[in-house]
Amino acid sequence: MDYGYPVLTSLIAFPLLAAVGLFIVPGWLSRGFTLAASIVELMLAIPLIQGLRFTSEFQFVERLPWIPQWGLEYYLGIDGISYLMVLLTLAVLPLCVLCSWTYIGKRIKEFHFCLLFMTSACIGVFSALDLVLFYVFWEAMLIPMYLLIAVWGGDERRYASIKFFLYTLAGSTLLLAAIVAFRITGGTFAIPELMTINFTFNFQFWAFLAMALAFAIKVPMFPFHTWLPAAHVQAPSAGSVILAAVLLKMGTYGFLRFCLPLTPAASEFFAPMMIAISIASIIYGGAVALGQSDVKKLVAYSSVGHMGFVTLGIFLFNVRGVEGAIMQMLNHGIVTGAMFMMIGAVYERSHSRNISDNMGLGKYMPAFMFFWGLFALSSFGFPGTNGFVGEILVFIGAFQAKTWIGFAIVPGALLAAAYMFKVSLKLAWGQPSSFKPGWKDLNEREWTYLAIPAVFVLYIGLAPGIFYKIIDPSIEKLLMDFGERKAVVQVENQQPVKTAAQSVFSGLLFSAE
Amino acid sequence: MLQAFGIKSFPRAEWWVPVGSFIGVIAACLSLNCRGTMFYGVYEVDMASQFFKAVIAFGYWIVAVNACKQETLVEGKRPDYYMFLAFSALGLMMLASSVELITIYLALELSSYSLYAVIPLRSGSRGAAEAGLKYILFGAVATALALYGLSYVIAAQHTTFIAELADKSWSFAQQPMAVVGLSLFLAGMFYKLALFPFHFWAPEVYQGASNETAAYVATLPKMGAIVVLVRLAVFLKPGLELTTTLAVLGGLSMTYGNFAALAQKDLKRLLGFSSVAHAGYIMVGLVSGTAEGLAAASFYGLAYLLMNLLCFWVISRIAVDGRNLELDDLNGLYRRAPYLAFALGAGAFALVGLPPTIGFIGKFFLITSAWNHGYNWLVITLVLNSAIAIYYYLNMVRHAYTKEVEGEEMPKPDCGVLGVVGASLLTVAVLGLGMIPAPVFELAVKAGKALLP
Repeated sequence: MDYGYPVLTSLIAFPLLAAVGLFIVPGWLSRGFTLAASIVELMLAIPLIQGLRFTSEFQFVERLPWIPQWGLEYYLGIDGISYLMVLLTLAVLPLCVLCSWTYIGKRIKEFHFCLLFMTSACIGVFSALDLVLFYVFWEAMLIPMYLLIAVWGGDERRYASIKFFLYTLAGSTLLLAAIVAFRITGGTFAIPELMTINFTFNFQFWAFLAMALAFAIKVPMFPFHTWLPAAHVQAPSAGSVILAAVLLKMGTYGFLRFCLPLTPAASEFFAPMMIAISIASIIYGGAVALGQSDVKKLVAYSSVGHMGFVTLGIFLFNVRGVEGAIMQMLNHGIVTGAMFMMIGAVYERSHSRNISDNMGLGKYMPAFMFFWGLFALSSFGFPGTNGFVGEILVFIGAFQAKTWIGFAIVPGALLAAAYMFKVSLKLAWGQPSSFKPGWKDLNEREWTYLAIPAVFVLYIGLAPGIFYKIIDPSIEKLLMDFGERKAVVQVENQQPVKTAAQSVFSGLLFSAE
Repeated sequence: MLQAFGIKSFPRAEWWVPVGSFIGVIAACLSLNCRGTMFYGVYEVDMASQFFKAVIAFGYWIVAVNACKQETLVEGKRPDYYMFLAFSALGLMMLASSVELITIYLALELSSYSLYAVIPLRSGSRGAAEAGLKYILFGAVATALALYGLSYVIAAQHTTFIAELADKSWSFAQQPMAVVGLSLFLAGMFYKLALFPFHFWAPEVYQGASNETAAYVATLPKMGAIVVLVRLAVFLKPGLELTTTLAVLGGLSMTYGNFAALAQKDLKRLLGFSSVAHAGYIMVGLVSGTAEGLAAASFYGLAYLLMNLLCFWVISRIAVDGRNLELDDLNGLYRRAPYLAFALGAGAFALVGLPPTIGFIGKFFLITSAWNHGYNWLVITLVLNSAIAIYYYLNMVRHAYTKEVEGEEMPKPDCGVLGVVGASLLTVAVLGLGMIPAPVFELAVKAGKALLP
């Protein structure tokens, strides 16, 4: 359906315009202004919902020359995989504004500027079809996130923000090198066109490594995860929500969008390693979460485990696995985002994130505990919630691929249940350390921003059909292409690693003919 | 030239030098498409020269405006100050058009001598005299080397015209003397560019000179050096000893500059070492031996000029009493001067090379143009170095945005209309050219293609 105007551009440009508009809005109005802008932004997305076609093609495509001398294009479009991510990003923005309504007391205008800027960059990441455009959005998003942590964060915010920045930027510089290498070898920056080129295995080998490091840091996969707990714990609630709901998804999205289609043979080659790291992430994240006394840290480590399920699903290369991965991306965004908002809410009351300081909430804040319980159930994949839908698919995919992989992740699922039960029981019925008169139950604003994700938790959990309908065509195409193209390249190369290593060293030390 | 003569009769030069230099910018932009040769072919007006002249004219205009409110200029030397700056800019403009080694040498000297005189003009600062002395001494050594090298080149190749030299062999096996000579001649350019190991003056001079003078020294002479290097790059085929030397110096320069900058507290010293690193980045474009590479190097020169002018503009506005700024002086800047803090942030992120700034797109052009043209290790060094550089540039943003003022209040930065407008203009340039670089890059490509079809 043609709307006569560029839908995706409007989604990217509107938050930027609103961010600039914040400068002329008086300070006290900036919260309301941003909330209004986020709702307008949601309305701008209505064409996305109306015009959606259930195919594997890229939709809402916009293509304009950007830097013609270098073949760079302003090239946007979304398919089933990115569609849900764009919607998730849009939905997170108003919730972030609501959950920081009273939490953010200083430099309110700048805070909302960062939120809007962030949203714009995130939508850009998910809809860019030009490698450099993708990279521009990918990096631009670091700046507001850095500021969110560094300015509005907790006591250790400086350390956490710099660590976040250095880790992610160090990873993505290699991504840039890979992007340039794709251009030189493939002759274009356009992703759909690069998807049709069969690169040599040697090339794929190194391109995969360079890209995978950037994505693995962003996901984050064990052992590149150390920035995440620090950043999560120090960030303000809204920052944690965006970080968990959107930013981590960029890493897994990168695997789906770039590694599998552009470097299929190398993905196949590295799959055992990626699966091993994913399993390690699942077990490690769960085990460390079990030992946490800080609720926020616990949820942060649980993210490492949950995202392990996602990367595992991706590298199983079967339909159930990838379906599960994408559903988990969406679910993790909703549930973990909601949990961080709840932790923010409880922190506003007790000024502590320690489990021991917040025990016995069930008596004073029943509505709060109701929501917490729902999200906790979803978090460890209880049937009927959205978490189950994603996790079970990854399990099916794992058993389809190799039985031992399926069994290997069982402890991860058990650990998730263990830490979630542990923290929930203590929060609900633990012995309150002292009577807290300030513990008022949820107010209307908090009801609003928790009810929305709660509805989605149940909706996706009970009726996920529509989501499969959106993502399945893209997944099938992705895997079909993947299967065909990895075979083409593998026939050509009998001794992959040795030749690959030789090529890079000769490339590095190359002197002109 | 015009300004240089006029100043003597107008004691309050501050108000019309900027106007005059703005006319210069317009003239330079209008003459972008002019072509021709003068002075028996030693002075050529072509796309490359006009591109750089426009950049230099723009930079000079900004510097002139910036220098107007200078606190630390020795009283009674104001006309001389502007005269010398103008002479130096004139030398750089001539450098942009010189296509013959002796002319290059003369133009280089004209621009250098003026600066030797300008740097010590900081009242009440012994450091300025020291900086001036260091600049002269290092400069003299570099110049002597260049002249010595020139004699070798003439002796071996029997010509000093770049066009003719380009047809000669520059392989060490066939022309050892010429290669050594050109290497020495390049030392003069490296000195201007502050490329390792000719960079020693940069941090010292930046630190000793007044903020406004440092803004000039840090930016415009680099443009002069870059244009000459771009012209000489027609000799540089990947794989030649000379090219490899340049690549190695570039790699060392970026690594050394970045590591040294990590430890700096004084803002101008920090920018000084960062400029050593940036000189190394520019080498990446020069050694690839392609027109795109030259275009990328030219464009990065422009990017470097804009980013640094922006940072120095903000520094000059913050240091209202003309003192040297430490990183701690930036604390709480977001509260004291939100616009300047934003501008400084934009400048710092551009220097890091983050999108959507001109610093990113400039680096991207460099990387793309150089990949697969013989020096992939240099490209990778650049990429890794960008990651190292984050820390110290981020420090500037960190101090400006996340730290609060401790102890006594600092003097309020100059948030006047001029200060904010200038910062905004440069910020818009840094961000705007980062997002829409195509029109300007087109000029750079034309210049590159004209030199190296």
